[in-house]
Amino acid sequence: MAAVGSGVNGAQDVSGSRVQMAHRGGRPAKKVLVLGATSGIAEATCRIWAGQGASLFLAGRNAARLEVVAADLRVRGAAEVYTAVVDLDDTAKHPELLAHAVNTLTGLDVAYLAHGVLGDQAAAEQDFAVAEQILHTNLISAVSLLTWLGNFCAQRRSGVLAVISSVAGDRGRKSNYLYGASKAGLSAFLGGLRNRVDREGVTVLNIKPGPVKTAMTINMPGSHKFADVGKVAAAIVKAVDAKRDTLYVPFQWAPIMFVVRHIPERVFKKLNL
Amino acid sequence: MGTGILRSDMSESSVVAEKSKGTESAFESWGRYPKYDARRIPLQWQGDYPAVMQGVHDSSLAVGMGRSYGDVCLLNGGNLLVTTGMNRLLAFDPETGVLTAEAGITLAQILDFSVPRGFFLPVTPGTKYVTLGGAIANDIHGKNHHVAGTFGSHVPAFELVRSDGTHILCSRSDNPEMYAATIGGMGLTGVMTWAQVKLRPIVSRKIDYEGIQFHGVDEFLDLTNASGHIEYTVSWVDCTSTGKNFARGIFMQGDHSQVPGELKPSSEPKLVFPIEAPGFALNKLSVSLFNTAFFHKQIHKRAVALQDYEPFFYPLDKVLDWNRLYGKSGLLQFQYVIPWDYAREGTIAILGEVAKSGLASFLAVLKAFGDVPSPGLMSFPKPGITLALDFPIKADRSFPLFERLADMTREFGGRLYPAKDAAMTAAQFQAFYPQWRQFAQYRDPKLTSSFWERVSGEAA
Repeated sequence: MAAVGSGVNGAQDVSGSRVQMAHRGGRPAKKVLVLGATSGIAEATCRIWAGQGASLFLAGRNAARLEVVAADLRVRGAAEVYTAVVDLDDTAKHPELLAHAVNTLTGLDVAYLAHGVLGDQAAAEQDFAVAEQILHTNLISAVSLLTWLGNFCAQRRSGVLAVISSVAGDRGRKSNYLYGASKAGLSAFLGGLRNRVDREGVTVLNIKPGPVKTAMTINMPGSHKFADVGKVAAAIVKAVDAKRDTLYVPFQWAPIMFVVRHIPERVFKKLNL
Repeated sequence: MGTGILRSDMSESSVVAEKSKGTESAFESWGRYPKYDARRIPLQWQGDYPAVMQGVHDSSLAVGMGRSYGDVCLLNGGNLLVTTGMNRLLAFDPETGVLTAEAGITLAQILDFSVPRGFFLPVTPGTKYVTLGGAIANDIHGKNHHVAGTFGSHVPAFELVRSDGTHILCSRSDNPEMYAATIGGMGLTGVMTWAQVKLRPIVSRKIDYEGIQFHGVDEFLDLTNASGHIEYTVSWVDCTSTGKNFARGIFMQGDHSQVPGELKPSSEPKLVFPIEAPGFALNKLSVSLFNTAFFHKQIHKRAVALQDYEPFFYPLDKVLDWNRLYGKSGLLQFQYVIPWDYAREGTIAILGEVAKSGLASFLAVLKAFGDVPSPGLMSFPKPGITLALDFPIKADRSFPLFERLADMTREFGGRLYPAKDAAMTAAQFQAFYPQWRQFAQYRDPKLTSSFWERVSGEAA
């Protein structure tokens, strides 16, 4: 089995001496495992945790990108930043990766699942292999990670499992129903897992972002109105601290999706969404 | 099988604004004139350029926040490489104050990091919503030019990536010619991936501020001569009044407070200018009423205060999208520097011409530049007086006035600032910057801007 590559904090902690950040007072550094750490939402969230002095273990596929994200988090005040270059589609490697991460962090307060693909809906409609890939990355790989993490946290009777799902999982629509199906399956899984492990002291947070200003959406009409990633990240950090079950972000998406879920199917099926 | 990674833009505010729907998008800079179609290509990682250009034709231009007023940040029909997602901090040394960051980081993001750590920008413009790369590419200046020089004077090193894929480390000792061409080089020498800036220590957010009323250019010059030891000086000047109120203004000066204070980060701006103002909103009457009110807001000849740095440096950042005040047709900025030999004479003549035209607006700023040399080959500042003002665009009157003012600037041995220009002719530019042909040798052949296309052609 290939070893999981990891880079230990090599840079000097240059930011610590003068800093008196408000959040740091007294509390022990939060230990956070981030899966898909080079995603925009994940990176923005990690910046806030780094500013609070957290220890972070970052897993992602691209070594160069991971390194530059790690460098940024170190400068911002993270206590430690570790990285592991790994393809999260490879579920066979998950137990080794996760054991290595919790050993390196010497514990786990938050596991943050932020990897995922939007996928090519049109291609997925014609080619099952494309559809299967979307389901594998967004659902199967997450189920694999959460099975290990759920049991680990339940045994220790603590931890927050924060998972990025999507408003698209609340109802299937023709423009992105493969992505939506993967996120709907993930949401159902999270609901069941929460029902099982909440009584063991484990929090399962289902994060449902609306459209966020991203590199992928930069040329979409109206993209300048999409949610700011920094604000999305701040809401996620708050929801983790509050041990919430579900987070619609921005919050307006909760009532919007309530309405969308309640449109009668005989009307909904005629809509162009 | 690969794990797809959701990428996301980490910018905090709009980049070059997108105004139309569909595949063809019109873009405008902060002056909202001109508006050009372009395709936007995000640069999210240092390795993205030139890899993202495979199969993409047409010329390109790296842009940040699009806060230049004219067309230095536009490229009609080309590709705008939007750098704001490339905004990571790479290293910080609290012993020297040197911060290394990716070039798409904004000055606002730098301040959010540095102020709680007791550091401030060495030079700041009147808005913090510009990128580090943009600050270097336009070799921007601030209220402390007379003591600190331009922004580029505080940039020890940066990396440039050329369209052929070569990486060039630039500093005063490594590739010094490319270093000099890139500072003030308007983004034309390559795409900047990261840069260093040497921050300065502060012990408080506060500025010891003093505002002094003056009447006329001579009183302004007296105040300038008396304030050489003060770090920040700038004047608001009323360029609508004539007669005994001609060139009245308020001389504003300040230093970082030496009394230790709380170094908390700034809060988010909450006000957004809500609507497009109609074209008639800014007229001679409304602007002169504003100017009179602004002048007399300060009741006494002298006023002192301990002021937060946000209102001192960035009074307009409080209102996001304030350029909507000028309506859809936008505004023309005009900024000259005239060397000391003709600074007094030229400033009086140009202010007189502006007042006579009745076209000026209320955002007029007068300042003396110092003699700290700019490191950039094409840098705008030089010792003398600089005046910046903006005009709402009135179809048949603004451009002839602008051309007249540009010619007057030339006669007084001055020059205009490309980052604020949308109107100077090729002949004017080539007279203002006779070194432009030398600079052109360092330009990346695949990079250009609408500004460069406009001013580097045959001079009529």
